[in-house]
Amino acid sequence: MSELLILSALRLPASMPKLGLQQWDLLIRQARRGNLLARLHSLLAQAGLLDHVPYQPRQHLEWTRVTADRHAQAVRTEVARIQQALSGQPVILLKGAAYVIAGLPPGAGRVFSDIDILVPKAQLLDVESALLAHGWMASQHDAYDQRYYREWMHELPPLQHMLRETTIDVHHAILPQTMAMHPDSNALRAAAVPLAGYQDLLVLAPTDMVLHSAAHLFYESELFNGLRDLVDLDALLRHFSQTPEFWHQLTQRAGDLGLTRCLYYALRYTRMLLHTPIPPPVAAAIEDARPPFPISAIMDVLYRRALLPDHASCVDHATFAARKCLYVRGNWLRMPPLKLARHLFHKAFISPRH
Amino acid sequence: MIVSDLPSAELGTRLADPGLHLVTGQFQLCIRSPIPALAATIGLMYADYPLGNAQGFTDFHVTLEHPTGLRRWWRKQVVFEFDSALPFKPLPATQAFPMLEWGLNWCVSSYANLYLIIHAAVVEKNGFAAILPAPPGSGKSTLCAALVTRGWRLLSDELTLIRTADGRIVPLPRPVSLKNASIEIMQTYAPQAVFSPKVFDTVKGTIAHMKAPADSVARAAEDACPGWIIFPKYQAGAATSFVPISPAHGLMRLADNAFNYSSLGLQGFETVAGLIDACEVIDFTYSVIDEAIAAFDALAAEALERQTGKAS
Repeated sequence: MSELLILSALRLPASMPKLGLQQWDLLIRQARRGNLLARLHSLLAQAGLLDHVPYQPRQHLEWTRVTADRHAQAVRTEVARIQQALSGQPVILLKGAAYVIAGLPPGAGRVFSDIDILVPKAQLLDVESALLAHGWMASQHDAYDQRYYREWMHELPPLQHMLRETTIDVHHAILPQTMAMHPDSNALRAAAVPLAGYQDLLVLAPTDMVLHSAAHLFYESELFNGLRDLVDLDALLRHFSQTPEFWHQLTQRAGDLGLTRCLYYALRYTRMLLHTPIPPPVAAAIEDARPPFPISAIMDVLYRRALLPDHASCVDHATFAARKCLYVRGNWLRMPPLKLARHLFHKAFISPRH
Repeated sequence: MIVSDLPSAELGTRLADPGLHLVTGQFQLCIRSPIPALAATIGLMYADYPLGNAQGFTDFHVTLEHPTGLRRWWRKQVVFEFDSALPFKPLPATQAFPMLEWGLNWCVSSYANLYLIIHAAVVEKNGFAAILPAPPGSGKSTLCAALVTRGWRLLSDELTLIRTADGRIVPLPRPVSLKNASIEIMQTYAPQAVFSPKVFDTVKGTIAHMKAPADSVARAAEDACPGWIIFPKYQAGAATSFVPISPAHGLMRLADNAFNYSSLGLQGFETVAGLIDACEVIDFTYSVIDEAIAAFDALAAEALERQTGKAS
């Protein structure tokens, strides 16, 4: 699996100009399937290597650059509209929107569908009514789905703008309320960092941004964009670790928020698949959070497969099963067994009738 | 080498595995399909297209096959696969060829963002192109099919590609899609043309494709200068008439018909504006095909005169 083109390209962008046309043909397909084509473009552009890419694959990279540029512009407009609607209420941007607006490395060439924000739980209903008053609408009309989000999840049901058709997810926490681990949202909000040049707009502190990204990826049941999310983590780690005390703060914070296991996975798989440089003492210390054997070995088998793009050239005989296992695990972690059984029963037998 | 140089058995085997590499306009495609009926229609409709280089770079790899599971035997279906993803719901197996055409249009219109892509037929004569944007049912494809059987060059039947870098039109000649009554009208009007078998009960009704003229396929690398934007409207019994449209109005109508106008942002606006400046914008009503063609020929002759007048 080490010779997968998409992985070598992400690890070492400078290796791309050496590729032959047929390798480019496959790399473009793997990257498009992994939602990473615009990312490749930005890596090549930053390294000043675009001119060394043969004409045809360069066209594909340029096409996606057009989409990514427009996307970044649309995200800025949308964030301004959200701020307008919430008049003066501080908003913490999460994930993609945070990377783009804060100008962080994973924002370059990242294309995503929703804007995620974090607000205090007590203000959830006020924020919702302000958004409804400014043209956003509920996109989940089923009463059960409404209850699922409001009582059990960490966010409101997604709201969609009636004219622009953009979607916003309003979170009050970074993991579902029904999960055994729920990092303290007050602590996350208290440490959030104001964005220079904006009023009332914040992003999570560097450590928290990494931990949120990790929690999102490793407690998620469906890895549609697994490699893309791992690339986010890799880019964040490389960027923030330029500050000397970052690694210490990160492991410390993971302990405080109860996310050490999750950080273990993040460091293990960014290093394994993307060769993220992690100082040996940090790597050694996080080994304490490794799950017991044989779970650790099983997780390796599963994530090495499920984190790759779902393209025919990146799957083997066990990929399908690996994705299914992680799907079950994600759901298992999401809710206690009885609640989960009731939820799955409802989704399987009652929802389809409506 | 072109597709018809392949022995027909070879065409089927190649399509099944590893796939048929062929070139349409700027794009190299690889079509893979084990479905024999589809191979026959591809052999008919794509006979004149250059074979691609399997060792080179392919822009779009697509697969059409029967889905696995029960539907392999019962009410057979076909799925369109692109980069291991299924962007569309399955269709009845008889609709494999229209699905290939729709799927290829989707590939181009979703990704090729260095072009402004307008949902329009486009034909060329004397170096100038007439862009025919129109909603379904306006007779756009019928008019386009008729023009290309009477000396106009087919640039595209569905997707007008305007290169954003220089505003020129880049050809993508592929089979012309005809619907319902248009099929028999064209079969009578151009009995020498080659038509695919009719496919019934698609979302657009009955569909058949007319093969692109061999000359248009051979000249697919020659781009063209935009000359006219003509909004055609077939109206039974109406006299042939041209009504000029104001540039501002034309711009809005053109933008409405573009697939990627908003994803191109400022570049989209500038390309549409440049196009409007370069073209005469016209509302065109017709009922008799021969009269319509005579009117188009007159436009092309005028343009040629203007150009030679300028040159001398």
